Amino acid sequence: MKNVVEAFGLVKHYGEVVALDGLDLVVTEGSVYGLLGPNGAGKTTAVSILATLLRPDAGSARVAGADVLEEPALVREKIGLSGQYAALDEHLTGFENLDMIGRLYRLGRSRSRARAAELLEVFDLSEAGNRPVKTYSGGMRRRLDLAGALVASPPVLFLDEPTTGLDPRSRIELWGVIRELVARGSTLLLTTQYLEEADYLADRIMVIDRGQEIAQGTPDDLKTMVGGERIEVTVASVNDLPRTQEVLEGFAVGDLASEERNRKVTVPISGGAAVLTRALRTLDAAGIDLHDVGLRRPTLNDVFLTLTGHTAEPSKNGRMPVANSASKKGRKR
Amino acid sequence: MIGITHLLADSMVIAKRNVIKIKRVPEVLVFVLVAPTMMTLMFSYVFGGSINISDGSYREFLIAGIFAQSMLFGATSTSVAVAEDKEKGIIDRFRSLPMSQSAVLAGRTASDIIYNVLTLFVMSLTGLVVGWRINTSLWEGLAGFGLLLAFSYAFSWIMAFVGVMVPSVEVINNAGFMVVMPLTFIANTFVPIENLPTVLRVFAEWNPISALTQGARELFGNIPLGAPEPTVWPLQNPVAYTLIWVLVIIAIFAPLANLGYRKAVKQG
Repeated sequence: MKNVVEAFGLVKHYGEVVALDGLDLVVTEGSVYGLLGPNGAGKTTAVSILATLLRPDAGSARVAGADVLEEPALVREKIGLSGQYAALDEHLTGFENLDMIGRLYRLGRSRSRARAAELLEVFDLSEAGNRPVKTYSGGMRRRLDLAGALVASPPVLFLDEPTTGLDPRSRIELWGVIRELVARGSTLLLTTQYLEEADYLADRIMVIDRGQEIAQGTPDDLKTMVGGERIEVTVASVNDLPRTQEVLEGFAVGDLASEERNRKVTVPISGGAAVLTRALRTLDAAGIDLHDVGLRRPTLNDVFLTLTGHTAEPSKNGRMPVANSASKKGRKR
Repeated sequence: MIGITHLLADSMVIAKRNVIKIKRVPEVLVFVLVAPTMMTLMFSYVFGGSINISDGSYREFLIAGIFAQSMLFGATSTSVAVAEDKEKGIIDRFRSLPMSQSAVLAGRTASDIIYNVLTLFVMSLTGLVVGWRINTSLWEGLAGFGLLLAFSYAFSWIMAFVGVMVPSVEVINNAGFMVVMPLTFIANTFVPIENLPTVLRVFAEWNPISALTQGARELFGNIPLGAPEPTVWPLQNPVAYTLIWVLVIIAIFAPLANLGYRKAVKQG
C-alpha cells in the first residue's frame, strides 16, 4: 500500500498555546483514517497544515507525493477540503457555489456546470440547488460543503469534523454519503470528536490529545483497549456512593470512575444486559437507592479516561493550556 | 504568462460571486445609495446656508467633497466583506483550491468598483437636483469620475489589508470610521482650507483627499470664481498628486494584503 499522507514531527504553537506537539501520521491509499480527539486537541491544526493552509513551526509532510511546504500548489490539485464550518457563500445558490468552485479548479464552463448539477443530484440537493444557501438547514449546508470538496474528484479528502453540530438524523445521512465516497476509492482523513463516528467510518484511528498521539490502531484495537459497554449509575444520595463503588467493583473489567458532583458511578463491564441485571439486583440487596441507571457504549470520554487518566475536557478557550504540555516537551523530535 | 491568465480568469469568477451578492442582498445596495444621497442633501441645506464661498455656489463646491468622502466610505465595505469571508471559513476553502491565490482579493477589489460606480451615479443625480453641474466637457467630467474611482480602488486595497488582518468583523466599522472621518474632514472637502489653524491647514494641504477633491473640482469645473490660488504643489497639481498616491497605495498595500491573505486562516 502506498502512503498518500505522511507527516513527521509536526509542531505548531499559537503564541503560548501548543496546538501540535510532534505529531506523526501516515495514511495509506484508499483507506479512511480517523483523527479522534476533544476540542483543542490539534485536529484542525493538523488538517490545516496538510491542506497547505498553515505552516508548521517544525516537521514536514507530504500529500499525494507532493511536499506540503515546498509544493503547496501541487498539493492543492490533489486534495478536497471540507472544514469544520460550512465554507459556503450564503447569498449564492447551491448550484452557484459548486459552479464557482468548479471554475476555480479550472474545469471550464460546461464541465463545471455539469459537475455542479451532478453533485447536487448525488447529495440530494437538486431541488434546493437554485435557492440561496442561507435558506438551507445545517445538514444541507454540510452536504453542500462536502460536495464542494468533491468538485474536482480529488484523490485525497480532508474532512474536518464533518458532522459536528448536526442532529442525529443528518449525521447518519452524512455518514452514508461518506461511506459511498470511500467505497469509490478515495483516501480520506477525517477528524471527529465522536468515537462512534470514527468507529463507523475509519479503518484506522489515532486518538490525539494536546497535539500528541495517545493511541493508534484499528477500531477493534481501540475497543479492546478501552473495553466494551459501561454501566452508568446515579445514586439518590451521595452517602451511598462509596458502597455503590464497592458493589460495582465486582462487575468491572476496567477502571471505575465516579463523580461526586453528579452522584454518578461509571464502570466498564462485559456481558451486557445480563451483567446489568445482576448488578442491579446486588445494589438493590445492599439497599442502595438509585436515581438513574443505564447501559451505554464507550464515548470519547471513556477512551480518554482509560488511556490518559483524565477526561476529554478542553480548557475554557478550547485549547489546552501550555503549562500542561510544556512538561512533555522532552518527547518532541 | 499563464499566471496572469489564471489570475484574470479566477478574479472574474470571484468578482462574479460578489456581483451576484449585490443582486441577492438589495438592502446593502439601498444603504450604499441612501447614505450618500442623505449626505448630499444634508450638507447642501444644513451647512449650505452658513458656509460662504467667495463668488460661488456652496453646493457646487460641496459635491466633489462628498463624492470623495463617499469613495472612502465605500472602500470600507471591502474590509467588511474580506473579514466576513475569513470568519466564515470561505477563505480557507479558496486557499485549499489550486487557483491563483492573488485572485481572491483582486476579484474583491475589482467588484467593489461596481458599488462605487452606483454610488457616484446616484449622488450625481442628487447633485443635479440641488444645483450641481459639470461645467467642463464630457471627457473632463468622465475623467473626474475616473479619478474618484481610481482613488477608491486604491483605498480598497488598504481596506482589504485591514480585512485580512482584523480578528473580527465588528472591529472594522469603528476602525474605518476613525480613519475616514479625520481624513475626509481635515481637508478641503466641506470648507475652504485657508481659514483652518496652521497645523490642520498643512495637514489638509498635503492630505490626498484634498488633492482628490481639488482634482475632481477642476475636472468638473467646480472651482469657485475668485478662489485663492493654491500655494502648495499637491493642490496646484491635484490630479498628478492623487495619481501618485493611487500608485503608491496599490504598490504597498496590494502585496501586503495578499501576504496577509496567505496567512489568514480560521483558527478552530
